[in-house]
Amino acid sequence: MPFGNTHNNFKLNYKNEEEFPDLTKHNNHMAKVLTKEIYAKLRDKQTPTGYTLDDVIQTGVDNPGHPFIMTVGCVAGDEESYEVFKDLFDPVICDRHGGYKATDKHKTDLNFENLKGGDDLDPNYVLSSRVRTGRSIKGYALPPHNSRGERRAVEKLSVEALNSLDGEFKGKYYPLKSMTDAEQEQLIADHFLFDKPVSPLLLAAGMARDWPDARGIWHNENKTFLVWVNEEDHLRVISMQKGGNMKEVFRRFCVGLNRIEEIFKKHNHGFMWNEHLGYVLTCPSNLGTGLRGGVHVKLPKLSEHPKFEEILTRLRLQKRGTGGVDTASVGGVFDISNADRLGSSEVEQVQCVVDGVKLMVEMEKKLEKGEAIDSLIPAQK
Amino acid sequence: MASSFARILSSKRNVGILSLVGAGSLTVGFLLNREQHVSAGAQVRRVYPPSAEYPDLRKHNNCMASHLTPAVYAKLCDKATPNGYTLDQAIQTGVDNPGHPFIKTVGMVAGDEETYEVFADLFDPVIMERHNGYDPRKMKHPTDLDASKIRSGLFDEKYVLSSRVRTGRSIRGLSLPPACTRAERREVERVVINALGGLQGDLAGKYYSLTQMTEEEQQQLIDDHFLFDKPVSPLLTCAGMARDWPDARGIWHNNEKTFLVWVNEEDHTRVISMEKGGNMKRVFERFCRGLQEVERLIQEKGWEFMWNERLGYVLTCPSNLGTGLRAGVHITLPRLSKDPRFPKILDNLRLQKRGTGGVDTAAVGSTFDISNLDRLGQSEVQLVQTVIDGVNYLIECEKRLEKGQDIKIPAAISQFK
Repeated sequence: MPFGNTHNNFKLNYKNEEEFPDLTKHNNHMAKVLTKEIYAKLRDKQTPTGYTLDDVIQTGVDNPGHPFIMTVGCVAGDEESYEVFKDLFDPVICDRHGGYKATDKHKTDLNFENLKGGDDLDPNYVLSSRVRTGRSIKGYALPPHNSRGERRAVEKLSVEALNSLDGEFKGKYYPLKSMTDAEQEQLIADHFLFDKPVSPLLLAAGMARDWPDARGIWHNENKTFLVWVNEEDHLRVISMQKGGNMKEVFRRFCVGLNRIEEIFKKHNHGFMWNEHLGYVLTCPSNLGTGLRGGVHVKLPKLSEHPKFEEILTRLRLQKRGTGGVDTASVGGVFDISNADRLGSSEVEQVQCVVDGVKLMVEMEKKLEKGEAIDSLIPAQK
Repeated sequence: MASSFARILSSKRNVGILSLVGAGSLTVGFLLNREQHVSAGAQVRRVYPPSAEYPDLRKHNNCMASHLTPAVYAKLCDKATPNGYTLDQAIQTGVDNPGHPFIKTVGMVAGDEETYEVFADLFDPVIMERHNGYDPRKMKHPTDLDASKIRSGLFDEKYVLSSRVRTGRSIRGLSLPPACTRAERREVERVVINALGGLQGDLAGKYYSLTQMTEEEQQQLIDDHFLFDKPVSPLLTCAGMARDWPDARGIWHNNEKTFLVWVNEEDHTRVISMEKGGNMKRVFERFCRGLQEVERLIQEKGWEFMWNERLGYVLTCPSNLGTGLRAGVHITLPRLSKDPRFPKILDNLRLQKRGTGGVDTAAVGSTFDISNLDRLGQSEVQLVQTVIDGVNYLIECEKRLEKGQDIKIPAAISQFK
């Protein structure tokens, strides 16, 4: 529970076995990793802001998981959580991020000029392109644990930083609790508005507390660069546009992020980052780049091909419906994005998307002509 | 906070410190550690001043929002109960659920017995508003579970389909559902099912743990309308009551299916006595007998219920303080329910109506759930008598309307006797 480190001391009156959660019916990364020994070792620890092991795992205890989808089942309450509770987080990170070791180093590369191609994806197939990531402001607790005062401070700092942007990034902030009906409708029509989380994964982690206090949406006048404040992370940054020019989307993404970061650094509140975990975010699944770069692309024939899933895996890509995670595809249109977050850089991950989508569109065209695609199927990247 | 220790010694039921000491190391550990926390004080992490933390309650309409001024917040925000429960935790559900324009929710909960003392500056005015003027600073709450005092109480079954009395009980020394740890919740389960296992005769029964019930048992409990499910109401989930579900939750009922106990749902225990038909007297008699037996059985092991003369039985939600009692019937009143005077009649009789699915449901046909409005300031006997007298009056009205005779709105009965 937020703030209650005295309550954690009180819990220590009980023995380890008495407090250990019942995880026999659970299937998430936390449940697979958390043994009684690890629990015993970590249960009396807390981060400087008072976040405890039971806080970290509550969402995974409350949400046993799905037999087919492996959820993470633990969150960080602040930057130090990943250090204080590394005996739990390191193996979870390793499982979730394809064997990433506690000693591995993560490479950050936000130099858009390093991306090759990406400006020539066929707009007859690629309907839109988008890159998103998250950022946490150093020195503040994260959404599962922050107080109203801290959340408001994050909002204030973020809005100051965003409002000082100019040129293609000039824009406006719409706080959730005081937007007009007209503004709300426009944001919905633009598909920008985010709503109070309903997923029990997020609610059980305490991320919807005090809604909608200090939450809001900022976007530039062109509606191509969008920032969510205090939703699942301190900031979610999104660059997008219709069509297949991923190169331009990524350029704007990198330039915008770098500008924002400069402003935060000037206020002595840079982003949470370290060379092992990259950008530090609330959910361990978003560590590293926190980047999901993707397109909405028409692949009606390829998606019916028996090797579709295998092709995606080899290209290190994943598919989702066009409503986002957990939705089904509509009319053969898929959301295709990078599967990896940690252990490869932003440029590398977007390169995967650019190269992979280009290849899949070629495959789709061949299938349209009734030709086989076996010669095009790549080796595992 | 030393008062919490003193309260154990001076409680109405004279258990005495010796029997507590003999009851097992865990209980002793409790008391000793409680003392440590009492003297150490409880620190709350505070990086920002109270004014930066004060919640935005401008769009809120619940009892907490009505009484939590910035001054009260500033006074209480750095305090904590001996177990570490804080003001921010107590009010979180009211901050997250602004309320409904027509229904005024309470908007705060207690994490332990001491919550009501440490945060009295907020809880007392909320209690007064919610319980229609009961002043916990000046008044005393009467407890009376002597069912022999009930007069009449056999309803005409042409109208009354079923009768039911429910309340809650909390085990002193263990935190309440918003704040309890897994170990505490499991302890509540152990203490309660141990006691229930000692019930005999018409009260003898069986416990069905939510984590271990078979599919068959589950289906039977659903068919009997006994099974409770993980709370979905945000009023409860925002208060942390669904944590670790379904660990240490369960349902106990007697073999005759007339006495039912829910373990670790919204309170430590919810106790329900019920049966088809109109014999409210028997329902209440069984209710009192069952409660008193359970109390005796937990006392044998050195435990007791949370109770004090200011607030009566202490439960999670301030709306359930006092008796925590809701006594009611399912009744068909086809003519009376269409009479425009119906709401006023209910009001004067100090009754409330609900649909037959419980609170927040609509009535089906002309069958209603009619029960007492009040919880605190009157005893169990008084409240059940009020329901009996009131329901009899409603049946009289219905009969008169059947014969084409006129009915009268009764005089408003006084609230605090």
